[in-house]
Amino acid sequence: MNLLKISWSNIKHKPLNTLLSIVLLSFGIGIISMMLLLKTQISEKFDRNIKDIDFVLAAKGSPLQSMLANIYHVDVPTGNIKVSEARRIIKNPMVAEAIPLAYGDNYEKFRIVGTNEKYPNHYGCTLADGKLFSAPFEVTIGADVARETGLKLGGTFTSVHGYDNAAEDADAHHHQVFTVVGIFARSNSVIDNLILTPVETTWMVHEHPEEPIADSLSSDTTHAEPEREMTAYLIKKRNKGAFGMLSKQTEDTTMQLANVAVENSRLMNNFGLGLSTITAIAVVIMVISFISIFISLFNSMRERRYELALMRTMGGTRATLFTLIIQEGLLLVALGYVIGLLLSRAGLLVLSHFMKESFHYGLDNLAVSAQELALLGLTLLVGLLASAIPAWQALKIDISKTLTNA
Amino acid sequence: MIDVRGLTFQYPSGPGFTFPDIACAPGEHLLVLGQSGKGKTTLLHLLAGMIRPTAGSIRIQNTDITQLDNRALDKFRGQHIGIIFQTAHFVDSISVIDNLMLSPFLSGKKTPQSEALQVLDRLNVAHKAGQKPASLSVGEQQRCAIARAVFHKPTVILADEPTSALDDKNAEQVIDMLEEQARQTGAALIIVTHDKRLKDRFQKQITL
Repeated sequence: MNLLKISWSNIKHKPLNTLLSIVLLSFGIGIISMMLLLKTQISEKFDRNIKDIDFVLAAKGSPLQSMLANIYHVDVPTGNIKVSEARRIIKNPMVAEAIPLAYGDNYEKFRIVGTNEKYPNHYGCTLADGKLFSAPFEVTIGADVARETGLKLGGTFTSVHGYDNAAEDADAHHHQVFTVVGIFARSNSVIDNLILTPVETTWMVHEHPEEPIADSLSSDTTHAEPEREMTAYLIKKRNKGAFGMLSKQTEDTTMQLANVAVENSRLMNNFGLGLSTITAIAVVIMVISFISIFISLFNSMRERRYELALMRTMGGTRATLFTLIIQEGLLLVALGYVIGLLLSRAGLLVLSHFMKESFHYGLDNLAVSAQELALLGLTLLVGLLASAIPAWQALKIDISKTLTNA
Repeated sequence: MIDVRGLTFQYPSGPGFTFPDIACAPGEHLLVLGQSGKGKTTLLHLLAGMIRPTAGSIRIQNTDITQLDNRALDKFRGQHIGIIFQTAHFVDSISVIDNLMLSPFLSGKKTPQSEALQVLDRLNVAHKAGQKPASLSVGEQQRCAIARAVFHKPTVILADEPTSALDDKNAEQVIDMLEEQARQTGAALIIVTHDKRLKDRFQKQITL
């Protein structure tokens, strides 16, 4: 026999009295904790993918789209840029490093990106198996690609035109065969979901000499070598103030320089606003649950006045009754907290599943965060406040009167 | 042993009572008779320390309970006084045996569960020990309430109208049980009632 057992029995005895409170509270907590998880994990993931990339050089269009497409690979690129034009920018001494990206095909919705060794090196990727691509049509694939497609070292496949679609018409299929020469170890970066190949591969796939493009060009232009195109360059700057200078150079071209820090904070602000709105709703739910807990504890205390008086006649002190009621409140909210945390994990897993399907972006860290521990503190405070008045009332019970009138 | 002297009680805006002196030795049984409104329940609640008298002293085993502070009084009541109310009430959410064990838990007077079961057995309700109080019949509930009041061997057992709602046969049984349990534990037994049927059962009586 202990006080906790009595509190717990009381909650169990009339579960309908407290059901609403627990449901409300666990929803409030579930939503808040899910928002916390989402915010931390997405910004962590984004930060990991930006990793020192300062600018994205790509075709004119929305700079935000340009960043989403070329850094996170969750949007379609703004178009292509000419290598000859881009060279003017990337050879600028203010550019410390420029990583080329040329893509337009996918295999089972995983993008095939033409690049060089700088790209995987930038994210500190190591090989789990095989080697890095070196010749056209050799590919080194990310860890998630290997897991989901089942591609093995030496495996071959053909690509589909597009970024993340599975083309339905046969025309969209290319006939060139890619060979897997290596598999990256998991890096928790965007590389996990990409198929990397030399830039030349992308050019070769999209060269169609039989097509009239070449013929239409005036015969006096020398195009022994066709104009090479690139989707984007990821640029690391050498010094401050580079953005203004470099950006100026793109003014009369088809290119544009996107400032990653600026675009990312814009993205995070919009995203944060959405999260704040949802969190505000959750806070309202928690306030309602607070009122609900208060009412149910208050009612239960009134219903049990006789029991409480009886416990006094058996040697229970006022402090005992006070503790009993407070404890019931705390037990209730603790229960709501645990259910809420489970709900948020379940929600995150579902969300992660959908994000993986559409963006190849998973959220998988389900550990309890420090912020959630703070949320536990807040929850216990809610329980304490909601039970304080009923507990105070229990202190003042007149046992003689209560037992006489029962 | 209980010894009451010069006890008076005044309700803030109601009747006042002056009670006769009472003495009841261990093992002794005392019947307090009186019509409604004579202050029977008030006396019982005074003896149990549930209300404080306007004047007078109540000594139980050499402790004047009118001098104890709130907390000490609650503990003293739990350890030394067993109370049987007119209608049996329990903490509904826990089993009969847990209701009994609540008493030693709350009062801090260690009493093993085996003794609670023994008393329940003597009162023929041991088989109900694991059930919730609400599932018992009224008669069974009353036996369990008696068991709860006596099993931790209090100095004084106080019973408030234990028979008024019962027919002759059941009334006799309940009084038999009370007397038997009081004898077993060597406690002083005080019954307050207006039930005239009990008049012939007790040698020692006072009338309010």
